[in-house]
Amino acid sequence: MARVSLKGVRKSFGTADVIKGVDIEIEDGEFVVFVGPSGCGKSTLLRMIAGLEDITDGTLEIGGRVVNDVAPKDRGIAMVFQTYAIFPHMTVRENVAFGLTIKGVPKAEKAEKVAAAARILQMEHLLDRRPSQLSGGQRQRVAIGRAIVRDPAVFLFDEPLSNLDAALRMDMRLEIGKLHQQLGATMIYVTHDQVEAMTLADKIVVLKDGKVMQAGSPMDLYHHPANLFVAGFLGAPSMNFISVDTRSVDNGLAMVANAALDPIEVATTGRDIRTGSRAILGVRPQYLVPSATPAEGMLHGKVTLTERLGAETVVEVGLNDGSRVIAAFGEDRILAPGTEIGLAFDPRQAHLFAEGDRP
Amino acid sequence: MASRLTTSNRAGWGFAIPGFALIAIFIVLPFFFAFGLSLTDQRLVSPNPTRYVGLDNYRELLDVTVITLEPQRDEAGELIRDEDGNLEYPKVRDITRSDDYPQYSGMREWFRWQSGQNAKVVIASDVVFMKALVNTLVFVMVVAPVQAGLALVLALLINQRIRGINIFRTIYFMPVVVSIVVVSLLWRFIYSGNDGLLNNLLDALTFGAWQPIDWLGNPSTALGSIMAMSIWQAVGFHMVIWLSGLQTISPTLYEAATIEGASGWQTFRYVTWPGLRNTAVLILIVITMQAFAVFAQINVMTSGGPLDSTQTLVFQAVVRGYGKQDISGGATISVILFLLVLSISLLQRWLTRDRR
Ligand SMILES: Nc1ncnc2c1ncn2[C@@H]1O[C@H](COP(=O)(O)OP(=O)(O)OP(=O)(O)O)[C@@H](O)[C@H]1O
Ligand SMILES: [Mg+2]
Repeated sequence: MARVSLKGVRKSFGTADVIKGVDIEIEDGEFVVFVGPSGCGKSTLLRMIAGLEDITDGTLEIGGRVVNDVAPKDRGIAMVFQTYAIFPHMTVRENVAFGLTIKGVPKAEKAEKVAAAARILQMEHLLDRRPSQLSGGQRQRVAIGRAIVRDPAVFLFDEPLSNLDAALRMDMRLEIGKLHQQLGATMIYVTHDQVEAMTLADKIVVLKDGKVMQAGSPMDLYHHPANLFVAGFLGAPSMNFISVDTRSVDNGLAMVANAALDPIEVATTGRDIRTGSRAILGVRPQYLVPSATPAEGMLHGKVTLTERLGAETVVEVGLNDGSRVIAAFGEDRILAPGTEIGLAFDPRQAHLFAEGDRP
Repeated sequence: MASRLTTSNRAGWGFAIPGFALIAIFIVLPFFFAFGLSLTDQRLVSPNPTRYVGLDNYRELLDVTVITLEPQRDEAGELIRDEDGNLEYPKVRDITRSDDYPQYSGMREWFRWQSGQNAKVVIASDVVFMKALVNTLVFVMVVAPVQAGLALVLALLINQRIRGINIFRTIYFMPVVVSIVVVSLLWRFIYSGNDGLLNNLLDALTFGAWQPIDWLGNPSTALGSIMAMSIWQAVGFHMVIWLSGLQTISPTLYEAATIEGASGWQTFRYVTWPGLRNTAVLILIVITMQAFAVFAQINVMTSGGPLDSTQTLVFQAVVRGYGKQDISGGATISVILFLLVLSISLLQRWLTRDRR
């Protein structure tokens, strides 16, 4: 088991700086998820931890030991790839045992470890098959099995579920969660999928353009996003941003309004918001509730689009100042386009950002 | 049943027919023609009418037997020895020309070995053909594995991401683009006995201790020299095929192996080689077929000599068919070569089949 710590880590491919100084502390046994838009450097960072890319600058410690120049096999890590990377000409058993074969582990011990891994992943019946006879989910299970057998201190996953269909993805997600509880190893997991990030992570690291935007527990990030990027990145549908005027600031509370928004007091949470300046009000769609009459509530506009999902209704509202917001109501409602609507929200669930909070 | 292929596909057939026709006229038809000729006594130009001779041509080429010669004795029953103390045997010619042994008539000695006091002599009705057959088989058995192996090594070296690697790719591929006839001519100078490049080089390397060899004029080095040149000439072609095979292997597999700590050899054994399986089968079969067809090098460099040490089947087929106007003999050799290559290819396919 091991802590992983990155200090001032940088990576350049030639002249292109891809990772621009990253500091992350990962506790022993923690499940950490890296999220961020495509091309932000998640995979690169993970591959640097694995030792597949060398580190241009900064230090990487695993288990208290600087491993910048240590070979991948000696870092105590195992990696699971998006494309499985299982060997097509070997049986499942041979694939799972691969690391042990390489090390020259005696047969009996090998069989025992493979059996143990197969038991954990419930794939004993697959051991004699070839990869071509497996489904995507089963292949990924084999890849995870190969990782388990190495008994690593740190598991690295690079989008392990993104080649699977939705239903299978959920099963495997739950299984990876269980695996983490069972093994108690440190796990670092890269994904695009918010649900995976929110459900699996002890800690989420949001990356953008090779920099850490925010790191913290899922709920921390969800409820207290550090900046506009994190606020907009987490949550689906994503947070509404409404440009507002600041009428007054008093004692950590700002009175904000615009043509479509009745004046309302929102906490500034220490951000640089001054009387007379423009600010950005963030409200998640789920916290917008329709008021009884269009005149009530704080936001006023007309319904432009409705999506009924059964348990939820997602409504796009064109506000009176010309901007749009999305609201998600936790019930099935019929709202014809053009209907006048008022939306209310609890100001304690709203976030106020200064213009400078755009990263 | 009228399929869509024959009815509504006029344009398609229009495009295909010239190709089909060329293949039919220049490959399929001549093949059947050769097979037909091999059953006759047809000559290139001859006033006599052609006769059907059945399998006589094949018998003529393939007849081989072993005869046992007992050492000669004098009246007292004592073994006769020559001045060096060697046993004396009756002349093979006396047997093959004797009316007592009509079955051996016209055959000649190919080679012999000693078995106790007796000599075992292998006689063949066509010794030159037999030598050509053996030379061709030796050529294939040496060239195919060495060329394939060397090409693989080059491909592995060249598959690395190093600055300027394309220069090496070009250099290794260059001999392939040059005509084999030109290459053979050049190598005649390299192999030349008086002042050839190779002899000079060896002379320089051994500080003058080297005794020049006439590489192509010496029966014990001629075939080897031609094999070395042939390997050099076509290795680049097979290197490119290997290279294309190497590049189909997913880089993630190599990364997975790296993480597991596989050494260079282990990576080759568990990742690269299994990934090259299909390429290997292809290369093996292609090289085998090319090697069986060896002709131009022989024609330019040695014409089968010295002492028939570089005769090959295709060369013999050409020499007989056109040089000696024995077109049916040439056709027979072609058919034998065809059957040989076909059966070896099928055997290779079977040996390398997917056992899953
Ligand atoms: N070997 C390389 N050479 C040059 N640039 C590279 C290399 N590998 C990655 N990059 C660049 O680094 C950036 C980050 O790539 P990376 O694969 O880490 O993104 P990612 O966050 O994993 O994206 P995705 O979510 O699409 O997988 C990209 O702009 C990419 O073009
Ligand atoms: Mg990636």
